[in-house]
Amino acid sequence: MAAIGAPALRAGLPGVLKRPAGHKLLVLAVLAAVLVPLAHSRWASGTWPHALTVDLSGPLGGASDWIIDNRDSHPLFLYFLGHVSNAVVISVRAVYLTLLAAGWVGVTAAAALVAWRVAGVRLALGTAAAFVACGLLGMWVPTMQTLALMVVAVLASVLVGTLLGLAAGLSDRMDRVLRPVLDTMQVLPAFAYLLPVVLVFGIGVPAAVLATVVYAAPPMARLTALGLRGADPEVLEAVDSLGATARQRLLTARIPLARKELLLGVNQTIMMALSMAVIASVIGAGGLGDRVYQALASVDVGAALAAGIPIVLLAVVLDRVTGAAGERLGRERHGVRPWACAAVAAVAAALTARLAGRQDWPADWTVGIAEPVNRAVGWMTAHLYSGVPYIGGTADWAGRFTTWILDPVRSGLQWLPWWSVLLIVAALAWLIGTWRTALTAVLAMAAIGVLGVWKPSLDTLSQVLAAVAVTLVLGFAAGVAAARSDRFEKLLRLVLDVFQTMPQFVYLIPVVALFGVGRAPAVAAAVVYALPAVVRITAQGLRQVDPAALESARSLGATSGQQLRQVQLPLARPALLLAVNQGVVLVLAVVIIGGLVGGGALGYDVVFGLAQGDLATGLVAGAAIVCLGLMLDRVTQPTGRRTRKGA
Amino acid sequence: MGRRTTLTAVAVLALTSGCGAADMTRQASPFAGARGSKTVTLSVQSWVGAQANVAVAQYLLEHELGYRVDTVQVDEVPAWDALSQGRVDAILEDWGHPDQEKRYVDDKKTIARGGDLGVTGHIGWFVPTYLVKRYPDITDWRNLDKYAPLFRTAESGGKGQLMDGSPSYVTNDKALVKNLNLNYQVVFAGSEAAQITQIKQFAKEKKAFLTYWYAPQWLFEKVPMTEVRLPPYKEGCDADAAKVACAYPHTALRKYLNADFARSGGAAAAFLKKFKWTTEDQNEVSLMIADQKLTPAEAAKKWVDGHRSTWKAWLP
Repeated sequence: MAAIGAPALRAGLPGVLKRPAGHKLLVLAVLAAVLVPLAHSRWASGTWPHALTVDLSGPLGGASDWIIDNRDSHPLFLYFLGHVSNAVVISVRAVYLTLLAAGWVGVTAAAALVAWRVAGVRLALGTAAAFVACGLLGMWVPTMQTLALMVVAVLASVLVGTLLGLAAGLSDRMDRVLRPVLDTMQVLPAFAYLLPVVLVFGIGVPAAVLATVVYAAPPMARLTALGLRGADPEVLEAVDSLGATARQRLLTARIPLARKELLLGVNQTIMMALSMAVIASVIGAGGLGDRVYQALASVDVGAALAAGIPIVLLAVVLDRVTGAAGERLGRERHGVRPWACAAVAAVAAALTARLAGRQDWPADWTVGIAEPVNRAVGWMTAHLYSGVPYIGGTADWAGRFTTWILDPVRSGLQWLPWWSVLLIVAALAWLIGTWRTALTAVLAMAAIGVLGVWKPSLDTLSQVLAAVAVTLVLGFAAGVAAARSDRFEKLLRLVLDVFQTMPQFVYLIPVVALFGVGRAPAVAAAVVYALPAVVRITAQGLRQVDPAALESARSLGATSGQQLRQVQLPLARPALLLAVNQGVVLVLAVVIIGGLVGGGALGYDVVFGLAQGDLATGLVAGAAIVCLGLMLDRVTQPTGRRTRKGA
Repeated sequence: MGRRTTLTAVAVLALTSGCGAADMTRQASPFAGARGSKTVTLSVQSWVGAQANVAVAQYLLEHELGYRVDTVQVDEVPAWDALSQGRVDAILEDWGHPDQEKRYVDDKKTIARGGDLGVTGHIGWFVPTYLVKRYPDITDWRNLDKYAPLFRTAESGGKGQLMDGSPSYVTNDKALVKNLNLNYQVVFAGSEAAQITQIKQFAKEKKAFLTYWYAPQWLFEKVPMTEVRLPPYKEGCDADAAKVACAYPHTALRKYLNADFARSGGAAAAFLKKFKWTTEDQNEVSLMIADQKLTPAEAAKKWVDGHRSTWKAWLP
């Protein structure tokens, strides 16, 4: 009975709404005609009405005091959180001591041999070279600290992610419950939730690892669920007919069939954990991120770069090796013997080095890159900052960008009556998605008003919009070029890899040196960070356009410009939409960090909250960022759900 | 049934094995004390003066007393929290946090006072000295409005720009601008690094700027700046954060140690309590780090080699 009743009921409301664009807008217009005069008569103000806000500073301040006062005595801390924290410290320490005991020779040999077994000789050589480079840059110990942190964080993320993914993959109800949770976790800018983690665990490694797990577990969960759900039903049926129990079916059929997705999940988790390793340095995680952050304090771009390069190298190596492992899956059988040989070789190398007294990286084997880099940055900023003939210096551009674009967009957004902002959000989200996404977007935007940070949020939004516009113009242009020329794409790939994995902190100072303090450098940093994803997705989308369609266009005598405009771009529309969506989410993450270079608004509030231990300011701003992220994600969400963030 | 028993077993195991209380006040860094050496963890704040203190303390602890030193970069208020938890053993330069002092030193007794650093700190509003040569009366706050157009930038919205730095620093500037009725907009650079970079760019072009700044600071050697006179500081005139209309005080910078470490930290704790030097000493090291781009360790070595008599007195 229920089974018959449910669809009929569901057809009721959404049925009316499931019409093309014009109908949607009509429904919205009717809604607005009823609700707006009502809202206007009660709360006639341009910005969010004060009567509709909730002041959380009292309870949040109270919560923060409670935690600090009870952290040493309350059972919750003594018997649960304290143990979690201890477990993290002990495991990171264990890994770190192992790495130190293996010495640089042992670690390099082991890494290269693993890479050789799973990915071949070329990547093995690359891996060894990368580790040696970390040592040459004088970063061996910090690299090992970061690696220890990463190993624990990635293992924990994979474990948590797999469990969530198993739940979502095996049960439809869990899937429905978990999906919005994972969606939200993925659009969270990491910077926003450092504060609550710090308050509970204090600064240092445990807080950093847990923040990383929150950030890095969702892709694993999502891909696990995807893999389990995508398993070939015929194979499953065959297994069933053999009389397998549910557990046997899971272990022998569903999980092995999902291997590819699981491996991709691990790859994504590693990438995200690495990018978090640097952000977590703000809360005292140590390692390479801390070196980058400390170098910035003395405005030393060269030293920051010296610590940033090992992060890039680690990211590239881990990405390529796990990627190659995924591609090789199932193609060849791994015997036990080669692995055993590799293990023996690694141990032998470590022992030899140890006996030779070469355990630590030799202090005189370092290459100082800081000085030449600083000189180059100094030259660049000295010559570009101002007074360039005809085009003006970068400072002039930044000033013009601020006055002509950022200011009008911000004052325009802040001038709009609050209900019209909600209407616009609803219309955009509904046109591109379903009524559900529209509802989520509107509620998220309304939550920002209720939290009492309407104005700063619109300020942040104006920066995001400006940065996204610039990113899309540049990204689509580069993407089109990359799709048309293989050589250009190869060259670009290298640059993109570096831009994408280089910690944002490294280029915060150069952008200030070029654009001055303010919102312009924040926008510039965001563009640099978001560009690679947009370029990559655009190029990929254009390349995947059906060759037959292109061929027929060509045979009709279309010029290459016509082919691009009339065939490739329309056919690649889903990819382009995804690029917009990714651009928006990534830009938001960095615009927030732009609080460190004068971006102001929500980013500044988060930094302020972290720096002053002010939970009320920091957490409210963090929540507003999350809402903003959700809203932007829903408004730009293409119908096909993406599976990765920062890809 | 089978699954239920497994779950129970796991739960019982977890309860019995993890039954002891975990002390959140004893949580050292996992990187501390590798290979069994004695380790001290020092907190470094983001300004270079703090780096200089730590660099010299680290050098002496390592080379004279045989410790291994870990440093962690933390902002001021979180550093107090970290100190109380034992994540770091000492803060060498504190600019005055009465709330934290009351909470951790007086009430919870998890932090102990470590004496004066010997350096006096002062916060104020500064303009570059080349600007004072052009407009001698610019150093009085009453004349600032007259010069507001000079300080206008894209970010200051038609008013003059007063540049503030890191959000972690003590500042009353928003209240000051409001209570003194100045036609200025406070623009937060968001970090000291951004602020210094911007000041250097302004100075290179001899442009006008007005900035929140503090002494002792190495940047004065590179960009000479003159303080703007604000209404004089009187005891208690900054008690109400919203009503402040006076200058910042001169603060004797202090050291704080984790209480356990102060009691049982041995030679390292005794040394850190005695550590005391002058503004000139600190500036000398700061300048080597920030401007000559020496690593903190190299800068510390240079200073230590030249000031044997000063630091001999600190050794226990």
